[in-house]
Amino acid sequence: MAKPKVAFYWCASCGGCEEAVVDLHETILKVVEAVDIALWPVALDFKRKDVESWKPGEVAVAFINGAVRTSEQVEWVKLLRQKCPLVVAFGSCAHLGGIPGLSNSTTREASLANKYVNSPSVDNPDGTLPQLESKVDGYTEKLPEFLSCVRSLDQVIEVDYYLPGCPPVPELILKAVTAILENKLPAKGSVLAPEKSLCDECPRKESKPETIEIDEFRRVATSTPDPEKCFLAEGYVCMGPATRSGCGERCISANMPCRGCFGPAPEVRDGGMKMLSALASLLHAKEEAVADRITGTMVDPLGTFYRFSLPASILKHKLS
Amino acid sequence: MAENSFEPKIMGFLCQWCSYTGADLAGTSRMQYPPNICVTRVMCSGRVDLTFVADALADGADGVLIAGCHPGDCHYSEGNFRTMRRYSMLLNLLDQFGVEKERVRLEWISASEGEKFAKVVTEMAESLKTLGPLNWKERSANYCGAL
Repeated sequence: MAKPKVAFYWCASCGGCEEAVVDLHETILKVVEAVDIALWPVALDFKRKDVESWKPGEVAVAFINGAVRTSEQVEWVKLLRQKCPLVVAFGSCAHLGGIPGLSNSTTREASLANKYVNSPSVDNPDGTLPQLESKVDGYTEKLPEFLSCVRSLDQVIEVDYYLPGCPPVPELILKAVTAILENKLPAKGSVLAPEKSLCDECPRKESKPETIEIDEFRRVATSTPDPEKCFLAEGYVCMGPATRSGCGERCISANMPCRGCFGPAPEVRDGGMKMLSALASLLHAKEEAVADRITGTMVDPLGTFYRFSLPASILKHKLS
Repeated sequence: MAENSFEPKIMGFLCQWCSYTGADLAGTSRMQYPPNICVTRVMCSGRVDLTFVADALADGADGVLIAGCHPGDCHYSEGNFRTMRRYSMLLNLLDQFGVEKERVRLEWISASEGEKFAKVVTEMAESLKTLGPLNWKERSANYCGAL
């Protein structure tokens, strides 16, 4: 029997998800023994016409990472959806919008100006912005359109499964690939990670006091957390209570509080609001003025609670 | 829509022990207040998961009123303190989302304060009329653009 074919594709992403595949180390040889890679722009040279020539169903599954920000990405993911019976949103950006999704806290115009005009390392006196079409030496060059907002993959095409994480961990990737090969997948739409919250798995959970009372929010940028204590008890925002487990608690082991890349726990539609509801109730305040003083010590609530999930949240973006 | 004909939609979450009973008192006492509020009874203001507020704003409310027992009077002893802390943080977050703080209000209204309930709803309806519609759906569609 011919080996099943798989495709990897990237959209608005950093390349970390591709790195995660390589992080399978020698295990990747087992994967390659079991499947043929039909598309992987970061590592192998395939063109769009190759994908267009696939017969429907010829490539069994597409792993797509990155958020969707440009017209080219929209075209590619629609094409892959059309060709592949199974689409897996791979990593936080495809799953929830990820770090690029924070761009929804400003406008398209401000993002372009920041990148191409105002950035200190840019020399662009005419303020030229990327054009959809430009003429160079008699040729017309075309660029994809930079769309007005960042979308998670399922806001553009139907997604069958989600592999969370920034990036997904090798153990879960391997588990997902094995489940696909053995046809042992859970219900469509599932997130292919454990159901428990990170706090349940946290190596520091024994140090969590019965009651936590936060007097001030602290940041790892300006102070160093105790390497053994519960981060929340010390006033560091740790997204553990509202975040799905399965990551292997690597950030925690590196003395870094959870930032929420695995997304909300099951049945939660808006991880940011849930976490805010839970965290704020821990403030050491019985008067409004005291609560205001403490909440004022949190520098960027939106970036803290929606670091990986702004496009997939209920409010999705800043109003303009 | 002409500005003066705009009728704001207020989503109200009232704790059943104090504020809902207070609203009931306003009704049974035949106090007049604007009909702009749509009330949901919750067991405690502490039950108001902020997901409810996000949902209300995204689904067409122009404002949200959360009302509970006065501090110290919570039927569950601590619930309203939690609400107060959340509200403080919520306002900072909503500011980053571009939502004016007048749109979400927290008030302590006891079971005997029907008059206060009527006053709060009247004030809120007035201030939202001045502020204008939130129109999240339409503004969101404009922000995101068509695919």
